[in-house]
Amino acid sequence: MTRGTPRQRLWSLQHRYSAYLFVLPFAAVFCAFFLYPLAQSVVLSLFRSVGPRQSRFVGLDNYGFLLRDPLFWLSVANTVLFTVLFLILQVPLSLGLAMLLNSERIWFRDVLRFAFFASYMVGNVFVAVIFMVLLAQRTGLVNRAIAGVLPSVGSEINWRGDARFAMPAVVLAALWLSMGQAMIYFLAALQAVDRDLYEAAAVDGAGRWARFRHVTLPGIRPVLLYLVLVGTIYALQLFELPYVFFQGFGPRFAGMTVVGYLFMNGFLAGDIGYAAAAGWVLFVLISIVAFVQLKAGGATREF
Amino acid sequence: MLLHALLIMLALGALTPFLWLICACFKEQQDIFASAFLPWGQLGDLTLDNFRVLFDREPIGRWLFNSLFLSSTLTVLVVTTSSLAGFALAKYRFAGKRVLMGMMLATMVMPGVVLIPSSWLLMYKLGWLNSYAAILVPGAASSFGTFLFMQAMKSVPDELLQAARVDGCSELRLWWEVALPIVRPMIAAFTLLTFIGAWNSYLWPSIVLQDESKHTLPIGLATMVGLPGVNTQYGVLMAGTFLAVLPVMVLFFVLQRDFISGLASGAVKG
Repeated sequence: MTRGTPRQRLWSLQHRYSAYLFVLPFAAVFCAFFLYPLAQSVVLSLFRSVGPRQSRFVGLDNYGFLLRDPLFWLSVANTVLFTVLFLILQVPLSLGLAMLLNSERIWFRDVLRFAFFASYMVGNVFVAVIFMVLLAQRTGLVNRAIAGVLPSVGSEINWRGDARFAMPAVVLAALWLSMGQAMIYFLAALQAVDRDLYEAAAVDGAGRWARFRHVTLPGIRPVLLYLVLVGTIYALQLFELPYVFFQGFGPRFAGMTVVGYLFMNGFLAGDIGYAAAAGWVLFVLISIVAFVQLKAGGATREF
Repeated sequence: MLLHALLIMLALGALTPFLWLICACFKEQQDIFASAFLPWGQLGDLTLDNFRVLFDREPIGRWLFNSLFLSSTLTVLVVTTSSLAGFALAKYRFAGKRVLMGMMLATMVMPGVVLIPSSWLLMYKLGWLNSYAAILVPGAASSFGTFLFMQAMKSVPDELLQAARVDGCSELRLWWEVALPIVRPMIAAFTLLTFIGAWNSYLWPSIVLQDESKHTLPIGLATMVGLPGVNTQYGVLMAGTFLAVLPVMVLFFVLQRDFISGLASGAVKG
């Protein structure tokens, strides 16, 4: 290779090494603030801590204690209840909404899309605050609406104070928040389905439901699986919404999710070692659920 | 026709919490629940007091400033690191590329919760607790963002890059002047997404920012809420919420088209 002037050498240097420089900011932060804490948290979970400066090695005791703690299992039950309710309602409703929106004219569609999607901008905390007031007993908007249909029952529902309604209240808020996002994805997927397939099916005598089952569903399957997976992961990590909504963990801890349990132990009680252990148990839980979902959805087949 | 009517009704239903929020900002305490939306009989009772009290009693200006500063700065940082790294991953070959990509993809779908206790400890050890750095630095790298930009950058034509190089363009200018303009929709979409996430984030900032003077809007508003049973000034609370939600709404309204098309194209291709 010819030597060239200093300027040319600098030039060829930057040409060869710029890729490294480009990746450097990302890679540096990624390693220092993601990979390192990740590894560190495994070690941390083997300690019992009192604040950041005092800790005692306890081996796997944290995990043992955790798996025997009824409060932990209550938080798991709450989280699973939320996840199931949330998914069962969110997926069909947003798909239905997307299907409605799929068949009409453009002008309206943009405005309507904005209307449904706007709630996604609000975020967990502000949604919690708004719904806290909307779900007030007797005088809140929601109870008023229900009271219109079921007079004496409707208005008395104590969303925030009654353990039976605690998670359903959170589900309502989370639905309002996230419906728009799911709808957008479904809408995009629906619009990508080949119209000809519908016509062919109709010619073959397939009715509405059959067309849905055999043309629509297979057509949107990747997006459907993706949304269910993403929704599950969101639901299993839920914390900010119920915590702000209940200003704590709800009546008889009915509003405590697994992350809530982690937060309580790690940051209210100061035992971050124990919290790290809880985090890993949650991680395993989420991984298992995700794996099962991907398997069941046949995703591994496609890859 | 029927379909339109149904959709309009549903859309209004979806917007109802917003409508209620806006009305509640201007109502006096006793009217908040007395009337569903507006006190039609006594429209003169509508007031700006809630906002006045809000600014008098709570450091909402401070919260607004913190949220704006942190969210904007973080967004700029993340978009920069992600687009740079994505560009490199898409258009260059270099040692360690496979390893980096592998780790990135593996951790992209990881639940972030597992990191929180040890990240907090790291902040403590670095002395970054209660500083803006704790929010800005760890958050500056996004595997997801880098992945998105890597995909987007693949569509930048190699011939274009080569031609620019022959013309004497430095690699950095290639990124800035050739690649970035081509992936503009992705930039818009990802910017909005990141900004919203940063603006609304609560858990991490709340455990890392201790001074009230550094609190962001979500933290501040959460402290304004009373315990059940305690007499909360709902009008003031709603006024605060309205102000907290407004900036993101405006940003979304402006970037709407790009954002939704960016999301949608990702959904269909990805």
